[in-house]
Amino acid sequence: MRFALDAEQRQFAGSLHELLADAAVPTAVRLWADGDPAPGLAVWKQLAELGLPALAVPESAGGLGAHPVDLVVAFEQLGRHAVPGPVVESFVAVPTLLAEIGHREWLAALADGELLATLVLPPHVPYALDADVAGLVLAADLGTGDVGQLATPAGGPERSVDPVRRLFRPGPARSLATGVPGAVARAFDVGVLACAAQLVGLGTGLLEMAVAHAGRREQFGQPVGGFQAVAHQLADVHVGLELARPLVHGAAVALGSRSGTATRDISAAKVAAGTAAYRAARTALQVHGALGYTLEHDVAFWLTKARALVSAWGTPAVHRTRVREALR
Amino acid sequence: MDLDYGEAAEAFRAHVRGWLAAHLPAEPLPPMDTAEGAAAHRDWERRLADARLSVVSWPAEYGGRGASLLEWLVFEEEYHAAGAPGRIGQNGLFLLAPALFEHGTPEQRARLLPRIARADDVWAQAWSEPEAGSDLAAIRCRADRTDGAAGGGWLLNGQKTWSSRAPVADRAFGLFRTDPAARRHTGLTYFLFDLRAPGVTVRPIAQLDGRPGFAELFLDDVFVPDADVLGEVGAGWAVAMRTTSSERGLSLRSPGRFTAAADRLVGLWHEVGDAGDTALADRVTDAWITARAYQLRTLGTVTRLAEGGALGAESSIDKLTWSELDLALHETALDLLGPEAECRDTGGWADGWLFALAGPIYAGTNEIQRGVVAERLLGLPRGRR
Repeated sequence: MRFALDAEQRQFAGSLHELLADAAVPTAVRLWADGDPAPGLAVWKQLAELGLPALAVPESAGGLGAHPVDLVVAFEQLGRHAVPGPVVESFVAVPTLLAEIGHREWLAALADGELLATLVLPPHVPYALDADVAGLVLAADLGTGDVGQLATPAGGPERSVDPVRRLFRPGPARSLATGVPGAVARAFDVGVLACAAQLVGLGTGLLEMAVAHAGRREQFGQPVGGFQAVAHQLADVHVGLELARPLVHGAAVALGSRSGTATRDISAAKVAAGTAAYRAARTALQVHGALGYTLEHDVAFWLTKARALVSAWGTPAVHRTRVREALR
Repeated sequence: MDLDYGEAAEAFRAHVRGWLAAHLPAEPLPPMDTAEGAAAHRDWERRLADARLSVVSWPAEYGGRGASLLEWLVFEEEYHAAGAPGRIGQNGLFLLAPALFEHGTPEQRARLLPRIARADDVWAQAWSEPEAGSDLAAIRCRADRTDGAAGGGWLLNGQKTWSSRAPVADRAFGLFRTDPAARRHTGLTYFLFDLRAPGVTVRPIAQLDGRPGFAELFLDDVFVPDADVLGEVGAGWAVAMRTTSSERGLSLRSPGRFTAAADRLVGLWHEVGDAGDTALADRVTDAWITARAYQLRTLGTVTRLAEGGALGAESSIDKLTWSELDLALHETALDLLGPEAECRDTGGWADGWLFALAGPIYAGTNEIQRGVVAERLLGLPRGRR
C-alpha cells in the first residue's frame, strides 16, 4: 500500500502550476466570457505541449494512456487556475467515449490538441459546453447507450451562472454507435472524476486567494486573518479540501484498477469536492468583502465556476443516490 | 499510488478477525468507570496481551509484534468492526507510550511499557487545572526539589482537573512547574506519579453519562523520585506536545472506529429509515463519505510517516475531522431512531452520542485546533486571542 503521489506526479503538478501561473489565465478567463476565446485557446496550446489532451487517449491511438491518478493531478491544477474551456469534455470524456466504442477517427487530433471536443450526456450534462469553439460535438445517452455526433449549434449560447461557461442546446444527432451503455457509463464516470478534481483545485485556488487577502488587508490595526472569526472559517475550508482530495485520489485508484467500487467512490468524491469547493467559494467571498462582490476582482470567476461545477456532471443529489445504492 | 494492503496485512487481518470471533465476550462488559467494569476491562486487556494483540505496533520486547502502521490500522478496523470493548489502558497506550518511546530512558521504557501493554498500570491524564484549560501553559501546579529520606526527587503540589480515568487508574502523567521564575512554556517538567501515593486525593466527577469518567486531583507534597521524570527537567512542554499530537491525530482515534460506526449507521438506515426522507438519507450518506475520506486520508498519513515524514500540525485536521464526524454519526442515528432515540438501551447510540459530545472539547478544543490550522498550516497571522 502506498497512497501518495509519486515524485513524477508531484513534478507534473508543479510544472502545470508554474505554466498556468505565468500564462495570464485571469485575462483569458475574462475575454472568454466576452466571446473572445483566442487568449484562452493559446493557453490550451501550451497545455497541449505538456501533453494534457493526450492523457486520456490510448497509446494505440497516439495518446499517452495515462492512469486516472495522472488525470486528477492535472485537473486539480486546471481547476486551481480556473482554466476556461471544455477541459473535462475535450481532455477526458470524449476521448474515453471514442476509445470505448472503438471509433478512432478523431483520437489522434484530440491527443495533439488540434481538435477540441465537447459533449452532452443527458440528463446530467444537458448543454454542450463551449460548443462554439469545439470542432466535434457528441451526444451520448446513459440509458440507451446510443452515441451520436451533433452539428455545431446555430443558436445560443445560454447564459450560465459562470459567465465563462458558454452553454449550447443540442441539435439533431448523426448516429455513431447504438446500445453501448457500458462505454457511455465509463465516459461519464471519468468525466465526473475529472470534474471532482477540478472542484478540489478551484477550492484550493479560492483558499489561496482568501488567505493572501486576509494576510494583507488590515482593519482595527491588524490583518483581518488574525481575527478568529475569519481564521477559523479559512481553517474549515482547508479541512474540507484536505478530506475531499483523498476521496478523489482513492476514486482514481479504483477507476484505474476497474474496481467494483469505482462508481461509488467517484460519486463520493464529487459530493465531497463540490461541498468543499462551494464552502471555499462562500468563504473567499466573505473574506474579500465588497471587493469579492465585483467583477473587477478575479475571485468572482472562481466563485461562479465552483457553483456551476457543483451541478455539472451530476448534481449532489444524483451522486449521493449513487453512493447510497452501492451501500445496500 | 495504490490501495492494496498486501498479503501480510490481509493475513494479519484474518488472524485478528479469527481471534476476536473466538474470544470476544458474549455480553458487553460493564462500564469501565465502575469497579466491576474496570476489573472486567483489565481482564480483557490481559487476554489481548497474552495473544500479543494489545500493542501490535510496539517492539516484541515490550509485548508487541512490531507490526507496521498499516497493520495497526487493519487491527483497529477489525477491532471496531467486531464491536470489541473500549480500551481501559487508552491513556497509557496511545498518549504516554509515544512520549516514552521518544523521550523515555531505556530503564523507563523497560519498566513502564510492558505494564501498559497488559493494563497492569492504568494511566490517568493530569494536564488541565482550574485556571489552565485551553491555555495549558498557564499551569500553576508546582514541583519542588527535595532530598528527603526517600532519596532525591520532587514534591508535587496543586490541583489538577478533568483527569480522565483517574477514578479507576493507578498512575497519572502531567506537567508541573519546576522553575517558578520561568514563564509560560519554559520551566515545566513532565512527571509520572502514583495516584495512591500519600498526599494524593482523587475526587471523582460525574460526566454527562452519569458515570465518573474523570476526577479532580488534589496534590499535597506528593513525592516523585527522579526516575519518574520523563525527559529533561524544564523541557516538559516539548514532551507534552509529543503526547498531544498523538492524541489529536493518528493514535487515539483511528479511522476503523468511524468506518465501523458508519457501516452500523447505514445498517440502521436500511432497518428503520424512511425511503422518502431524503434529508436523513443524505446525512447518512455524507457521514459515510466523511468516514471513508478520513480512512483514505489516514492511509495517506501512514504512507507519509513510513517514508520518514512527521505528524506535526496536520494532526489538527484529523482531530477536527473525527470529533465532528463522531457527532454527525450519532446525531444522525438518533434522528433515524425517532422517539426510540431517547432510550439509552436502544443500540448504544444515545451513549455513543453522550461520549461524542466530549470530542470537540478534549485533546485541545476544536477552537484551538482551528487556530493551529490557520496559523501553522495556512500561515495566517497570529492575531489577538
